[in-house]
Amino acid sequence: MTSAIQATVLRKSYGSIEAVRGIDLSIEAGETVALLGPNGAGKSTTIDMILGLAEPDSGSVAVLGGSPSAAIDAGSVGAMLQTGALIRDLSVRELVEMVASLYPTPLAVEETLELTGLSEIAGQRTQKLSGGQTQRVRFAVALVSNPKLLVLDEPTVAMDVEGRHSFWTTMREQAAKGRTILFATHYLEEADAYADRAILMAHGQVVADGPTTEIKAMVGSRTIRATLPDVDLEALERLPGVSGAERRGEAIVLACADSDEAIRALLAAYPGARDIEFLAAGLEQAFLQLTGDGSQAQMGALS
Amino acid sequence: MNMLPYIRFELLRTLRNRRFFLLSLGFPLVLFFLIAGPQRNVHNLGGTGISAPLYFMVGMVSFGTMSTMLSCGARIAAERAVGWNRQLRISPLSTRSYFRAKVLTAYLMALLSMLVLYVSGVSLGVSMPAGDWARMTLLILIALVPFAALGIAIGHMLTPDSIGPAMGGGVALLALLGGTWFPVPSHGFLHDIGQLLPSYWLVQAGHIALGAQPWGTKAWVVVIGWTVVLAAVARRAYRRDTGRV
Repeated sequence: MTSAIQATVLRKSYGSIEAVRGIDLSIEAGETVALLGPNGAGKSTTIDMILGLAEPDSGSVAVLGGSPSAAIDAGSVGAMLQTGALIRDLSVRELVEMVASLYPTPLAVEETLELTGLSEIAGQRTQKLSGGQTQRVRFAVALVSNPKLLVLDEPTVAMDVEGRHSFWTTMREQAAKGRTILFATHYLEEADAYADRAILMAHGQVVADGPTTEIKAMVGSRTIRATLPDVDLEALERLPGVSGAERRGEAIVLACADSDEAIRALLAAYPGARDIEFLAAGLEQAFLQLTGDGSQAQMGALS
Repeated sequence: MNMLPYIRFELLRTLRNRRFFLLSLGFPLVLFFLIAGPQRNVHNLGGTGISAPLYFMVGMVSFGTMSTMLSCGARIAAERAVGWNRQLRISPLSTRSYFRAKVLTAYLMALLSMLVLYVSGVSLGVSMPAGDWARMTLLILIALVPFAALGIAIGHMLTPDSIGPAMGGGVALLALLGGTWFPVPSHGFLHDIGQLLPSYWLVQAGHIALGAQPWGTKAWVVVIGWTVVLAAVARRAYRRDTGRV
């Protein structure tokens, strides 16, 4: 299996801000990987280094076996950056055609427009597009390059619902074609649904890295919900295996580091607890817990 | 990579930009007709023995071509403002090709500006031997090189909002000191300052058509000197902009 991206002890600071603090990343060809993290986690800086837009202060990054600029010059990388608008005075079709002409083996322009749902507005000038349409054009620009590696930084942020849906459908097709895909996102449900693997970043470091199922299991946190009026929350929080407690009317909700221990302790201390439910952790919970935003945040993540 | 499609779209974008069209191509044209039109039969402008239409045609050519060259800076600034420059940096388009396309477009627009003004001049009775047209055009193209470098430099240093006034004011000043509107005095302070400016030699290049002296050493020194300095400024501005200082 060839390596698509190999980063070793990557560091980058902007002035006094340490954006990336020594991360290691290894992505194989054909993987679809989600880079997850809150704002300021260092995702965009990491992506900038992978794309050759920023030089690491120390450490190294190799893309498709060579330097980022070599991969870029060879036309093997297509990317959709987090921010950016389109140049004006060209039609959508013309813009995509112009970008296609820069690459050695681009996709057909019409096909790309169809894949990204732009066929109907292909003749419109770029300055006349809505935000969601603009985002689709930016995706088309990344895709038309027919890259071995597709890098997307928060791709669906400004997309409308329809755009987002067709985006993920297209992405699934592209992944099936063997493209390596790395996308940074806030939308944890999407990462959960579309990525084979998730790399969680926070405060410039990799906090967890593995198949999304593994990450969920790694945290192993579950939530217990039960009807239990008149019990002090502090007492509940002191139960073994419980990391946080919240009251919702007559019900209590417990975030558990070890739900088995917690349920035994709960029933031993409060046999009157009724309507007991176990809720499995979603990626969101795993994420919030691992990035150390505390049980408060866990509470917020519950439905 | 075949650069033709990219250059074609670059030209298309430039021509479709209304502001550019009106300012760099339309304005000198209108000005020419406004000033030279009423004086079309003046064959001895201010005792110089030169016809008014010819004199003003040459003046407008230097003004117009300066504008078109600097407008490549306006396009660079606009691309930077929307982050398109980053999008191009992650494409196989090399930095060199990017700037080549920009400068080529600027030159083609300068030629267009010249053509339009030449035709206007002819329409008002300007007539020169073909050799003069050719030599004047060639020397003007050479005199425009420092302006290409200046365009690239300011494109990386200014925002699209500030570049408009900066260009407008800058071009007007350079044009004035260079002798576009009226001849620079043959001696004195203005004369000395003027001769150090690339715009002066641009205007002089045009004046070859008026029987003026071709460029001497001083001209070449000034033009080449400015080119070297401005190219270095442009390179530094580019590096700083792309974080590769």
